[in-house]
Amino acid sequence: MSDFETLAIDVNGFPTRVWRKGSGPRLGFLAGFGGLPREVPFLHELAKHRTVIVPSLPGFPGGDRGHTVLDTHLDWVLAVREILGKADLVGADLAGSSVGGSLAAEVAAIWPEAVRKLALVAPFGLFDEGDPPTDPWAQRGDAVAGLMCADPAIWTALKTAPEAANSVEWPIEQTRASEAAARIFWPLGNTKLEKRLPLISAPTLLVWGAEDKIVPRSYADRFAKAITGDTEIKVIPDAGHLAELDQPTAVAEAIVGWMA
Amino acid sequence: MKLMWFHLMPYTELPADFREANPSVWVDIHSKLFDPKRAHLMYNDFMDELEYAAQCGFDAVCVNEHHSNGYGLMPSPNLIAASLARRTTDTAICVMGNSLALYNPPTRVAEEFAMIDCISGGRLIAGFPVGTPMDTCYAYGTNPSQLRQRYLEAHDLVMRAWQEKHTFAFNGRFNQQRYVNIWPRPVQIPHPPIWIPGGGSVETWRWCAEMDYVYCYLSYYGYKAGRATMDGFWAEMKRLGKQPNPYQAGFLQFVGVAESRGQALDLYSEAAEYFYGRCLHVDARWATPPGYTSEGSQRAGIESQIKQAADANVRGKSTGERFASVAREMDAIVDKGYVIIGSPDEVAEQLREVAVNLNVGHLMLLLQYGNMSKRVAKYNTRLFAEQVMPKMKDLFSEWDDRWWPQPMDTAQRADIPAFMPHLAAE
Repeated sequence: MSDFETLAIDVNGFPTRVWRKGSGPRLGFLAGFGGLPREVPFLHELAKHRTVIVPSLPGFPGGDRGHTVLDTHLDWVLAVREILGKADLVGADLAGSSVGGSLAAEVAAIWPEAVRKLALVAPFGLFDEGDPPTDPWAQRGDAVAGLMCADPAIWTALKTAPEAANSVEWPIEQTRASEAAARIFWPLGNTKLEKRLPLISAPTLLVWGAEDKIVPRSYADRFAKAITGDTEIKVIPDAGHLAELDQPTAVAEAIVGWMA
Repeated sequence: MKLMWFHLMPYTELPADFREANPSVWVDIHSKLFDPKRAHLMYNDFMDELEYAAQCGFDAVCVNEHHSNGYGLMPSPNLIAASLARRTTDTAICVMGNSLALYNPPTRVAEEFAMIDCISGGRLIAGFPVGTPMDTCYAYGTNPSQLRQRYLEAHDLVMRAWQEKHTFAFNGRFNQQRYVNIWPRPVQIPHPPIWIPGGGSVETWRWCAEMDYVYCYLSYYGYKAGRATMDGFWAEMKRLGKQPNPYQAGFLQFVGVAESRGQALDLYSEAAEYFYGRCLHVDARWATPPGYTSEGSQRAGIESQIKQAADANVRGKSTGERFASVAREMDAIVDKGYVIIGSPDEVAEQLREVAVNLNVGHLMLLLQYGNMSKRVAKYNTRLFAEQVMPKMKDLFSEWDDRWWPQPMDTAQRADIPAFMPHLAAE
């Protein structure tokens, strides 16, 4: 069912994948922990309503080894801003999940004119000692699927190499995605984003999987309280941390509805 | 060849049900298991043992760095090394070593190593490990995606700090210091010998070969598992056209020597099973922070698994898989070569074979391990020194050890008074 147009943009010398599909106003999506090694139903759901543009982030699948030259949080934020520019997303609506959600929030805070409306699915970036997020990098391999999705089989299917894939490079690419997330968020996931949330003036939807085992539900309230623009919290039943993988239709409809 | 005496300083009183009742010996081991008053006795026993090894004539005493670890009570090996510098005279002091990326600024390592080198009169071997995932990424919170770059940069900074004559500015990617000018400075010119503990990655083999550093494999799994790693190093040396000087390599080996093999089994089984059973009980969740293993090494590991290569035994496995497949009972521990046991003749024969097969001129021997008592550790140490060492010293005499400390002349060195604590009380 792949009818995504695939473009390559240059980010700090690394070829970076951009998927594009659909028609209507542009809507960007920055993927969550683990990235997008393959297309997922959620993107097709979005594309039923909007022109969906999905750039990869450095180090995540499609993002080559772009993370290796990003040393500071400023480096990361600038790279994401550059990616949005090259992917034709400046001034468009922007959604982001988990890791990508945190970076989408950064862009909306620092370059308010770059983002029209914002949707964040369980974003990283904050840390509350009394209610800490789960450490996604200190897990046995077989535990990760159940932490990312309410239905672990969905994560497993996303991360299992297709038959045509290179059996050596595929697992390295998946480890690289986890490394890229670590490069931004190690060790606590705390990038002090809290300081910048008041700069977000875009109307912001906060989407949370009711069964998120990574970022506690209480963080939705923290985001909502700190963001200056209008906010709404939408909790998705039967969904885990990457709610858009567990419940593609419900999450896509919530986001598209918010952007209307 | 050089025979070196290595201490890990394990906590010796982990409970018998440690494996069943606790998730890990490392990172999140519970503080209730640590009794500081018992540790007082352990530290003093361990330091007695190190000093005893020096008296017995071992070429070096070795200490290393671990954090939040029930089998390694030396977060700062430099503290022990400083004490050893005062309580030994001619023995080399091998700090194996300081995990460079953990020090902020890394010039701290240049300073402390220079202090040890000055106090000891130039007897320091400077070990620079990257450090394990447990120590670096989890206990110390270092970003695994930056660890190796930080390590390499810290290395460059320390080496410059030791060698540059004038105050300089260091404008690194991760470290910036306007005024680098360490006092004290090392006795050994241009710097103490650099030894690098590696884990079998191609990058480290190449780096040691190119930098002319000693490559050390500090494995707990003995010579059988270590073969592939050392072969890899020597293959890389050959590829780069370097001499196969066995003194450019070091290898760690557990040993238990007694009058006979039977007696050795009686004496050392409990301590070995304590080590492999309780001390190597590491939760797999601490083993694979993403980015810790370079993509080149991941690729080599996956390819060797696919090819079912003989060396998949170690190199194809992650740290977690290795911990999970450890032999924990004495028969298997000996059979797999983790611990070499036997009479002095039997041990010497096996160790000569290890040294020759692995082409290793520096053997680092673990003669205390697990909950071995000081009495047994001293017996093991003395018997080894008296009856095994003489059967090995002639090995590799045709090679020059260019990586051994160059201490000051004895005549130039400070007169260290004998330790007489009672005088102060009188």
